[in-house]
Amino acid sequence: MNPPLLEAHNLDVRIGGQQICRDASFEFRAGECWGILGLNGAGKTTLLHTLAGLRPPESGQICLNGNPLQHMARRRIARHLGHLHRGLALALLGLMPQDTPDPFPASVLDTALIGRHPHLSRWQWESSQDIEQAQAALKQVHLHGFEQRQVNTLSGGERRRLALATLLVQAPVMLLLDEPTNHLDLHHQHQLLELLRDQVHNGASILMVLHDINHVVRYCDHVILMYDNGTIAQGRQSEILNAEVLTQLYRHPVMEVDLKQQRFFTSA
Amino acid sequence: MNQARFYLPLLVVLAFCSLILALLSGSVVIHWSELWKALGGSQADLGTQGLILELRLNRALSAFATGGLLSLAGALMQVLVRNPLADPYVLGISGGAAVAALFAMLLGLGGVWLTGSAFGGALFAMALVFGLARGRGSWTPTRLLLTGVVLAAGWGALISFILAISPDSNIRGMLFWLMGDLSFAHSPIAALLMLLLGLLVSWPLGRDLNVLIRGELQAGALGIDSGRVQILLFLLASLLTATAVVQAGSIGFVGLVIPHIMRLIGLTDHRLLLPAAALAGGSLLVLADTLARTILAPQQLPVGIITALLGVPLFLYLLRREVSSR
Repeated sequence: MNPPLLEAHNLDVRIGGQQICRDASFEFRAGECWGILGLNGAGKTTLLHTLAGLRPPESGQICLNGNPLQHMARRRIARHLGHLHRGLALALLGLMPQDTPDPFPASVLDTALIGRHPHLSRWQWESSQDIEQAQAALKQVHLHGFEQRQVNTLSGGERRRLALATLLVQAPVMLLLDEPTNHLDLHHQHQLLELLRDQVHNGASILMVLHDINHVVRYCDHVILMYDNGTIAQGRQSEILNAEVLTQLYRHPVMEVDLKQQRFFTSA
Repeated sequence: MNQARFYLPLLVVLAFCSLILALLSGSVVIHWSELWKALGGSQADLGTQGLILELRLNRALSAFATGGLLSLAGALMQVLVRNPLADPYVLGISGGAAVAALFAMLLGLGGVWLTGSAFGGALFAMALVFGLARGRGSWTPTRLLLTGVVLAAGWGALISFILAISPDSNIRGMLFWLMGDLSFAHSPIAALLMLLLGLLVSWPLGRDLNVLIRGELQAGALGIDSGRVQILLFLLASLLTATAVVQAGSIGFVGLVIPHIMRLIGLTDHRLLLPAAALAGGSLLVLADTLARTILAPQQLPVGIITALLGVPLFLYLLRREVSSR
């Protein structure tokens, strides 16, 4: 088995006095696609941000390619080394956050181009190659021809696709995505998830927060279930997902339906 | 993007023209040929005219430095608090400077004492907003903005208090200081150096600012140490503002509108926006000051009135153009 790209050991995460997870351990390997399911406020986003090194855990260790992320992120110790490593590390690890407002004007192309930031040195300007890469990514998310449009004229769904394009331009090996299908129509939901599946086939690893159980069933091989009392279940989705577990997770009756030899879950 | 790069040389030309215009116009008209002679170095032959030129050059360069400082500080402040309404004065830096300066005027102090106390007041206001907004380590743009706005209101009250207890003979000088006034025209060297320093420090951060303006989360995910960049932005923007206020009082509007005008004409990349804002802000203030001292000559108007009169229609025009192009 490959060594994990991103791993966490004995992770203890808390926010505002709420326990998100206790003594949890995760291993995400190349070629794996993980979904996170849970109620609102169960701490899915907080866990994702912690794993991205954007906020420190109460305790525990997170390693990217075997290097402890906390040490890379810690500002005071070995600033020079840490900073360099951090830049490299984050070129490996990308995050697509939930929606953020854009109070300042910016074009679609420039927004996609910021994905190149970790790959460029301080004095480097984006080359024509970088621009080609950004245009290719925009094409992949069906936003070609939108290059010069202002971001604040885009629809919610188009913005989500732009955020994915920015992530693709960054080209990380470990992709963390927070509700990537939010605001997307049915067609683009599947188009986006298929794009992500291609990334996994090409050797990336994905961890994403999703709200549609059927997306997890269809596109993820592993799943993390987050209960609002701070307990966590994880494993192969084919093994741990069933109507009973999901009913308990969502505190709402869920039933399983089989259609053309495929499993579907729906609220009862 | 290529079109955007084309603006920079244009702005350099604009800055140069505005300075020449400032040298030529005034209550004593100076001819081209005389300016040429003076620049050629034969100043001694010019007598009074040479003296006038020297005074005007000092004042024009002061105006340029002040406008540049304010625009640069405004652009940085807008990134820092991620709010398009932010201007260099939003965190109350100028309020602190004004209170200290007016207090010095009330005591009858002038010259170096006045500048010194204004700078001291600005530094104190900076330390105050920094300390209060940091609290126990957590610092969000909203918290910084709120702290700054509330402190600015406090400084405003103190300013009113000093105005209320001041003898009538002082009031006019104080009001001119508050509205911004370049007629003191002390040496522009310090302000110009500060402007250069501000550009040298902020320019290498340009791409980081492009990312940071989209939010701390995005910045963090792309490997930027947001906390560190934000502290640097705060210190730099505050120092630039303090220098500008000490040079010419609180001239409104330039610092708010010039960065937006630059963004509206397409300079959204901070590596282009920052130098462009400095050039455009400087030019605007030179032009405004030239008008302020010529329209009703020999009487002089506070330059803040003219910056607003020039800037408001220009800004509204660009904003409308932007809306209709969607």
